[in-house]
Amino acid sequence: MGKTIQVSDQLRVVQTEPYIWEIPPHGEMRVPGRIYGDQTTVDHLVEDVQAGKSWNALVQIVNVACLPGIQRASLAMADIHPGYGFPIGGVGAFDFDEGVISMAGIGYDINCGVRTMRTNLSRAEIEPKKEDLANALYRTVPAGLGSTGDIKLSLKEVDKVLEKGAEFAVERGYGFAEDLEYVEERGRIAGADPDTVSKKAKEREFNQVGTLGSGNHYLEVQWVEEVYAPDVADAYGLFPNQILISIHCGSRGLGHQIGTDYLKVLEAASRKYNIPIRERELVCAPITSPEGRRYLAAVNCGINCAFANRQAIAHLARRAFQDALGVRPQEIATLYEIGHNTAKVEEHDVDGHIKKLVVHRKGATRAFGPGRKELPTAYRDVGQPVLVGGTMGTCSFILHGTELAMRETFGSALHGAGRTLSRQQAKKRFWGGDVITELAGQGIVVRAHSKAGVAEEAPGAYKDVEEVVDIMHNAGIIRKVARLRPLICVKG
Amino acid sequence: MAYEYLDHEADVGIRASGATFEEALAEGARAMFGVMTDLNQVGRSEEVVIHCQAGDLAALFVECLNELLFQSDTRHLLFADFQVTRLTHSGAGYKLEGVARGEPLDAARHDLWTEVKAATYAGLKYEVGDGRHVLQCVLDV
Repeated sequence: MGKTIQVSDQLRVVQTEPYIWEIPPHGEMRVPGRIYGDQTTVDHLVEDVQAGKSWNALVQIVNVACLPGIQRASLAMADIHPGYGFPIGGVGAFDFDEGVISMAGIGYDINCGVRTMRTNLSRAEIEPKKEDLANALYRTVPAGLGSTGDIKLSLKEVDKVLEKGAEFAVERGYGFAEDLEYVEERGRIAGADPDTVSKKAKEREFNQVGTLGSGNHYLEVQWVEEVYAPDVADAYGLFPNQILISIHCGSRGLGHQIGTDYLKVLEAASRKYNIPIRERELVCAPITSPEGRRYLAAVNCGINCAFANRQAIAHLARRAFQDALGVRPQEIATLYEIGHNTAKVEEHDVDGHIKKLVVHRKGATRAFGPGRKELPTAYRDVGQPVLVGGTMGTCSFILHGTELAMRETFGSALHGAGRTLSRQQAKKRFWGGDVITELAGQGIVVRAHSKAGVAEEAPGAYKDVEEVVDIMHNAGIIRKVARLRPLICVKG
Repeated sequence: MAYEYLDHEADVGIRASGATFEEALAEGARAMFGVMTDLNQVGRSEEVVIHCQAGDLAALFVECLNELLFQSDTRHLLFADFQVTRLTHSGAGYKLEGVARGEPLDAARHDLWTEVKAATYAGLKYEVGDGRHVLQCVLDV
């Protein structure tokens, strides 16, 4: 403990706990930086600075710490890697009255997240039929560049999606009302005002509800390989060898356009309100300013859009299971759904006072502990499920939030493995066809719309998800409940 | 080809150059669509006129790229090239008009790679030196 790495004249990183490293405030930093990681995590961050890389996560953590109204620390989860403005794996909580809302803390894929559903099926039942099931999923769930969805909406109906989120999808016959109980915000966040979203953004959404997208988005059929916490697993309805379905995607073109539209608004606001920002991408506005309020209302629309999207895809996945296996839709239930690119208005204890905050989680997941009113009754005693996906072919984890998380990270945790190779490097090193063949050798069926996309997402391009999950588990922020292995991966 | 891709862990950086700002911008547009598909496969049967404006030229680059994404997304077109037809400067900033040429997205003929979500301000640069204009930014994919 107390190990110090002097990165440059003013910038140093100090180990304060086995898995916590701090950047003591210097220059314009209002709070320290705080990184959840091990020696490897920090070495990687420091190397990037010393190599003079134009975008590096350590400097991004520092830049976020300089923003007005930030509380406690500029946080970085164990899967941290460079983003734009905020690092990926970055958490920044701001006082509602004195702080700012920052686009970089949310990103273009608003409420990108994961829904995991549970079935009554076991791995042994699915194995002999997995090719059929993979084909049914690939056929039924639209994915990849240029794909369009089943649900065609008018502009008025897009407004309903933005206001009502997953509720709208359920009203249209996609899934069940019971699903909503197990989605963050019950699938419909308050404070969404469709008037704050441009016509352009709504036009992009017309054909895209119910589509998976591409890049790191996926649909996986998984099985429970190991249960770590039997009591919590029971509360979540999990058992060994159980078949689960996970859907990872976001708000599609609408989210992207909201980001693009507000980039200009927030740049003007940063200048108007004299907010010093260290990087252009950190454009922001005071939360209570007209610009800030509008942006938050637009973000809420994006959040609802992603909820609707995942609800629709979940229904399509149920349909594919019915087609291929004869499983009734009612036999597939929603375990939980989380978002990892959001800003949320939440109450947290800061130095003994309950404060109203806007918590930005960029490539970071909410991880509320036991007792929080936001959680479904069935999970309130154990804490919310935290769904962490590795890239395809690697494992995923289900964990639960803790009281420590509430005290230290505003109830936040990591979201995934974090990349180590750029997409360019990954494409040079891996060939999509080889990756698919290798995974097939491990019993994993891959159906991908783009082989180049597969190469970019190859397991070798990512940190080991087990390592980053272990760091957060050992730090006590989240605790492991189950480890999952993939059986089928559908990629855009 | 006067553009290249830069290493960025999660996304894609593009760096484009030309003898003028307009040329560099055109190359940047090609770089962006080159992430989505093989440009050699894309014909030029359709034309879309776009307009955009911004306070400075670097921001105009991002604005233009995002407008092209919007057109591509809503019209289901892939663009093989882009040309600036008018660029004006006033007290408020810059206004641009340009023509994008491409054709409808066709999964049977076009290799479809990665969707670009947006052009961002990350790594945004506009530099002029040695008679070359260079534009750079990160694309969120």
